[in-house]
Amino acid sequence: MIDPTIDRTVGEAGAPVLVAGRFRRNKLMTVGAALALLIVVVAVLSPFIVRSAPEAAHPTQTLMAPSGAHWFGTDQLGRDVFSRVVAGARVSPVVALLVLFLACTVGIPLGVAAGYFGGRIDEIIMRITDIFLAFPALLLALAIAAVLPPTIGSVTFAVSVTWWPWYTRLIRGQAASVSGRPYVEGARAAGVSHTRILLRHVLPNSLTPLIVQVSLDVSAVILTVSALSFLGLGAQDPTPEWGLMVSQGQEYFQTQWWLVTFPGIAILLTAVAFNLLGDGLRDVLDPRRTVVH
Amino acid sequence: MSERPALLEVRGLDVRFGAVHAVNDVSFTLPAGPYGLGLVGESGSGKTTTGRAVMRLAPIGNGSILVDGRDVTRLRGAELKRSRRLVQIVFQDPDATLDPRMRVGSAIGEAMLAHRLAPKRQIGERVGLLLENVGLEPEHARRFPHQLSGGQRQRVAFARALAVEPRMLVLDEPTSALDVTVQARILRLIAGLRRERRLAYLLISHNLAVVEELCEEAAVMYLGRIVERGPTSALLSNPSHPYTAALRSAVPHIGVRTHARPLVPGPPPNAAEPPSGCAFHPRCPLAIDRCRSEVPAVRPIATGRVVACHRAEEVLAGG
Amino acid sequence: MIPGQPRLEIRELTVAFGARVVSDISHLAIAPGEIVGLAGESGSGKSMTATAILGLGRTAGASVSGSVALNGRELIGLPERELRHVRGRQIAMIFQSPVGSFNPVFKVGDVFERALRLHGASKRAAREQAASALEEVLLSPNLLDRFPHQLSGGQAQRVAIALALALRSEVLLADEPTSALDVTVQAEILDLLRSVRKESNMSVLFISHDLAVIAELCDRIAVMQRGKIVETGLARRVLTEPSDPYTRELVASVPRLGTGMVAG
Repeated sequence: MIDPTIDRTVGEAGAPVLVAGRFRRNKLMTVGAALALLIVVVAVLSPFIVRSAPEAAHPTQTLMAPSGAHWFGTDQLGRDVFSRVVAGARVSPVVALLVLFLACTVGIPLGVAAGYFGGRIDEIIMRITDIFLAFPALLLALAIAAVLPPTIGSVTFAVSVTWWPWYTRLIRGQAASVSGRPYVEGARAAGVSHTRILLRHVLPNSLTPLIVQVSLDVSAVILTVSALSFLGLGAQDPTPEWGLMVSQGQEYFQTQWWLVTFPGIAILLTAVAFNLLGDGLRDVLDPRRTVVH
Repeated sequence: MSERPALLEVRGLDVRFGAVHAVNDVSFTLPAGPYGLGLVGESGSGKTTTGRAVMRLAPIGNGSILVDGRDVTRLRGAELKRSRRLVQIVFQDPDATLDPRMRVGSAIGEAMLAHRLAPKRQIGERVGLLLENVGLEPEHARRFPHQLSGGQRQRVAFARALAVEPRMLVLDEPTSALDVTVQARILRLIAGLRRERRLAYLLISHNLAVVEELCEEAAVMYLGRIVERGPTSALLSNPSHPYTAALRSAVPHIGVRTHARPLVPGPPPNAAEPPSGCAFHPRCPLAIDRCRSEVPAVRPIATGRVVACHRAEEVLAGG
Repeated sequence: MIPGQPRLEIRELTVAFGARVVSDISHLAIAPGEIVGLAGESGSGKSMTATAILGLGRTAGASVSGSVALNGRELIGLPERELRHVRGRQIAMIFQSPVGSFNPVFKVGDVFERALRLHGASKRAAREQAASALEEVLLSPNLLDRFPHQLSGGQAQRVAIALALALRSEVLLADEPTSALDVTVQAEILDLLRSVRKESNMSVLFISHDLAVIAELCDRIAVMQRGKIVETGLARRVLTEPSDPYTRELVASVPRLGTGMVAG
């Protein structure tokens, strides 16, 4: 008969394929976790790792190429790029995660409610979502950030506001599909409360596509924040925000490549780290990984 | 028929999905258990929707559904929740019937918690007992659905339905998605539960033999209406509706074939564009002009039997 | 072709995924015009056997060894180029979900056209053959202009059979072709298969978990359990007097009409 340790939906060919996938993903997740850990360590220990004050300008040492004294070179104001990148680990990833956290806090409950209850509630929520989505995200974030004092907090808020509708829309479809399944109907028919059904059945089974999307969005958020910072609406000079550093360094890119490259690599590593973590997290949450005793 | 008080009484039930009239003026009664009423029909007959309507899982238009004498169609809030204990459902698909992220024991205990049927610490013990009732081990409670076979999952579905101690069950094609040997075991389980708990059930199935095994009474449905209803053995050995006869003849047999085969030509009806008059007339070998214009009413034809056909007497006589 | 030679003969056929053997058939033969039933529950390997006969085992990720001979000609190991001529043309296959196995963007007529032209017909000849094939299965040639989703399950299955007829297939592999159909529609399709066999002498391998259907339709039956054939013989005999214990269990499990209520 059927081997209960094998996912039935994968089919007869599933046995060798499934095992290989799991193994591969575990390696990648380890890499992701290691990278994320590295970023956290750098962020926490940054005051001890920096070689000079990240915000201290030295007008006589501007635009110097990477060397023994300045591992990543210096920027247009003579600041040590290495120290700024390290210090930025306390800024950029934190902002990105905060934005995504806020977007999820608003977007997920709305999406789940829309998908589960359907009808009028769904219509109202989706109309509101559509209104937000109708604006080009960057313009909307600009508009919001423009009326707020130019700080990193404002930009965090502004970008969160433009981000949540995507998650609502994404999770609503999943939630609607899950809500139609027999186990949810059975729970309703058994008299289980809506709250419990939402929290125990609909939400956990709707999150998977969202986890992947959120992990992919980390780099997108960093770049969006940097665009706003570049326009002067968010982090201001001399805050060592990676995106801002990339924006400011662009005009020097042809000759002083180190201004853009090193913060860019930092953004890339952060994005990769969270992407891999997201994949791994999705796997970890999959109950099919449990082995039969 | 029995004189026991009706556990479930459906009167003039109507369910529509947009332009489709899925359930059309359906009435039947289910007495207290042990008793089985089978809803038989093919795709589009409305049998599944009827079962779901009884569970308040489908939008009810006209009509009333009385459970233990009380109309549940318009209940809300706490009253609705209380009424939910009386009727539980087992679905067809063992794969989708359990939350893949929940251990089986939690799923069974969930409804018990919702109705506060036992203090938290006792739930585990009760769940264990229920699992044994349905032929599983108490230790299965820790497993996830994908760690069980299809037949085992269906047993868990029964345990979950029985957890709130319902008076009756709606069984929606409970064995159709299972292998035939597993099917036989689940049918035995149903028979056993019926005996032990004096259970009443509405068995929805396209399989006449299964209905015959488990139901005293059967109602045949076609395009949303009941076309014939009565004691199962009488209905199947002596149908009074041409569709019942055709259905019975179409069932394949192992061994000697017992009935001559009147084929029903043509595709099944389109629910969105039903035929005029009697919905079966385009495929009926006995159709006359009256059938094209007049919808036959459900009327008594013999003791305990009703039928909706203008020529039922001839069908009955034909045997 | 040698008279008396089976049209399709399977010998020592093994289909495996790595170490896991899903089908292991020592011998199965189908004579011209014969309908053989392959019965089993899920996991018995019956569907993979059909896949292997069509030479699609490797595509599914399995390793296939052994012999499958069509009119004496060995199919296992044939290069893909030649297998393509066999598939569809000499050996046709119909599936449980007929609407799902047709490409939804092509009209029925287009499907016929492509298939027939692939095997040598001209455009006009293909159209004519398609129309007459549909008539043979009691469908109106108007259906050639429809899309698969506009057909009912029964109609779609008839179209699939018509395709096999139009291609003058010698062997039809039918994998649970009526399992998703209503019982009245199923009865019609079984009747159709019987008449098709009579008119064109097509051999049919009918795969199903439904023993009653196999009893109605098939001349001979092979019962599979966990990849192996545990019993073969005349369908009538095997199903009324099974000798293998598994077959006995299977037959006993089928609910019968006319046996009355079981519950107390």
